[in-house]
Amino acid sequence: MSRLQQRFESLRASGRKALIPYVTAGDPQPDVTVPLMHALVEAGADVIELGVPFSDPMADGPVIQLACERALKHHVRLLDVIAMVAEFRKTDNQTPVVLMGYLNPIEAIGYERFADAAVAAGVDGVLTVDLPPEEAEETSVLFSSKGLDNIYLMSPATSAARLQQICERGSGYLYYVSVKGVTGSAALNVGEVADKINQVRGMTDLPLAVGFGIRDPQSARAIADVADGVIVGSVLVNRIAELAQTPALIPAQVSQVIADMRSAMDA
Amino acid sequence: MQTEQTAKQTYPDARGHFGPYGGRFVSETLIGALEELEAVYEKLWADPAFQAEFDRDLAHYVGRPSPLYHAERLSREVGGAQIYLKREDLNHTGAHKVNNTIGQALLAKFMGKPRVIAETGAGQHGVASATVAARLGLECKVYMGSEDVKRQALNVYRMRLLGAEVIPVTSGTRTLKDAMNEAMRDWVTNVDNTFYIIGTAAGPHPYPKLVRDFQCVIGREARAQSLEQIGRLPDAIIACVGGGSNAIGLFHPFIEDTGVRMVGVEAGGYGLATGQHAAPLSDGRPGVLHGMRTYLMEDDAGQILPTHSVSAGLDYPGVGPEHAWLKDIGRAEYVAIDDQEALAAFRTLTQVEGIMPALESSHAVAQAMKMAKTMDKDQVLVVNLSGRGDKDIHTVAELDGIQI
Repeated sequence: MSRLQQRFESLRASGRKALIPYVTAGDPQPDVTVPLMHALVEAGADVIELGVPFSDPMADGPVIQLACERALKHHVRLLDVIAMVAEFRKTDNQTPVVLMGYLNPIEAIGYERFADAAVAAGVDGVLTVDLPPEEAEETSVLFSSKGLDNIYLMSPATSAARLQQICERGSGYLYYVSVKGVTGSAALNVGEVADKINQVRGMTDLPLAVGFGIRDPQSARAIADVADGVIVGSVLVNRIAELAQTPALIPAQVSQVIADMRSAMDA
Repeated sequence: MQTEQTAKQTYPDARGHFGPYGGRFVSETLIGALEELEAVYEKLWADPAFQAEFDRDLAHYVGRPSPLYHAERLSREVGGAQIYLKREDLNHTGAHKVNNTIGQALLAKFMGKPRVIAETGAGQHGVASATVAARLGLECKVYMGSEDVKRQALNVYRMRLLGAEVIPVTSGTRTLKDAMNEAMRDWVTNVDNTFYIIGTAAGPHPYPKLVRDFQCVIGREARAQSLEQIGRLPDAIIACVGGGSNAIGLFHPFIEDTGVRMVGVEAGGYGLATGQHAAPLSDGRPGVLHGMRTYLMEDDAGQILPTHSVSAGLDYPGVGPEHAWLKDIGRAEYVAIDDQEALAAFRTLTQVEGIMPALESSHAVAQAMKMAKTMDKDQVLVVNLSGRGDKDIHTVAELDGIQI
């Protein structure tokens, strides 16, 4: 059983929902990332989505674009991000880590080489934003064969036929994008999210996590009531940006955001 | 022969692939919009009424057909092959870009979208988009890298006069690629009421195909005009390649004419050896950006590299996927012309023929002059003069140390 499966099963057994923070690796500097990951786990994170910096993050808003630019100033490469996961695994063998990013850095080093390095480092899943299922036929088979989960996005505009297809292709969990827009968008409509989640529930047993637009304990709680997981990104990355000049404070202060959400979700 | 026929008739495949290139590498959030666009486009493109409306607009609004002009004095000065210019600079708004924006605006109209957005580099596509938006009464927002806003002040003001809002983009390298990122973000967010008019034969499927189809009027006319004016097809056809829409528009109708050499000219910037250029086909490698697999300027880690060209319209790290495919199968060849060569050609054409080319098109003119020298007097080159140079006068004056 994969680490992601295990994690979601034990959460389900204890009646809790997954809290999934996203941070961009190497933001604002490389030595912050691993301590931050540990602090996030300490504060109640169940899964970590670790962003791979890319020069042209087309599906992200300005917050994550700037995070990529800060990390790229330090030339953080995909292989460096994988090395961070290996470092994290030295003291945490339980928390699943998903790499989230764009296809080109993976293509540049080669799919097989990437998959082998990721698995060896203890990466559990891959979410490639600009690789929809129809373009992923070969990579998804390769990644699965190496033991990596393929995490796919679903959006409010995804047709029923595509939802079905994505449910069949995905593993680990499914990521439902709650709003039409880029990361960091506002205007989360919990009612609409609940309707869509219920529709997808009829198609799959995979855990359903929701991201985009979750920015405080109240919205985290509201989403936790309807989904299996709550993904939080831009609000954390914003906090990192504010603390970029005092990086030593980042693990404690950024993980506090997660701790507050955890309390609200478990209350 | 078989390969070339295949290239024309079956590519892209149903999923937008030109061999290994093209495709639809976008976030799930955009898939629905692209599927809708593809369905509407395929239906309308096959509809004679739509074709008739498109042709009518090209004739009476754009002013087509554009002339095929024999540049006799230039040919004499260069000494060698006869150089003919396909005068896309004479189109309404001054470049080939309007062929495509007319077509996409018609699609927007049929889809009932009240708002259009566009990305622009040199500003020609932005102007062409603002123009058709004004004509159809559509709201128009144009994303433009803040570097390009500075370089192309004239076009920025033109767009504003036409009623468009120009948004300077300050992320990344602040040029065309970043404008495209930003336009995509706008589209994802406002997909219900917005049509994204992509300016070049690039991006996710179906854009490379539909932009090509709208631009093919260039090659169809040039082919017929060659037969009429010189009694045969040209020996070679030449066009500049940034994203590559003017080049694919010229090339595509000639793909099966294997006796016609097709030469795409990329921006060599400060020279290929310096790495500071915008020539992914000449000095890049395949990767994935802006929804397509194609040749890119990238580093070993897959990060997109900053590009340089004196012409904002060629300053792009990728290229349309059909060009990547034509390069690989050997049907078209791609070369680079550097800033200095392009500027020299700009001056020569202006002084010898009284035609001031855009700096983008000057790259193609420079290549034609290079090739003509090595050819016989009875051979013929057709150069796509994709745009006029008024917009570049500030850039050239500045290089001359003159403040206008």
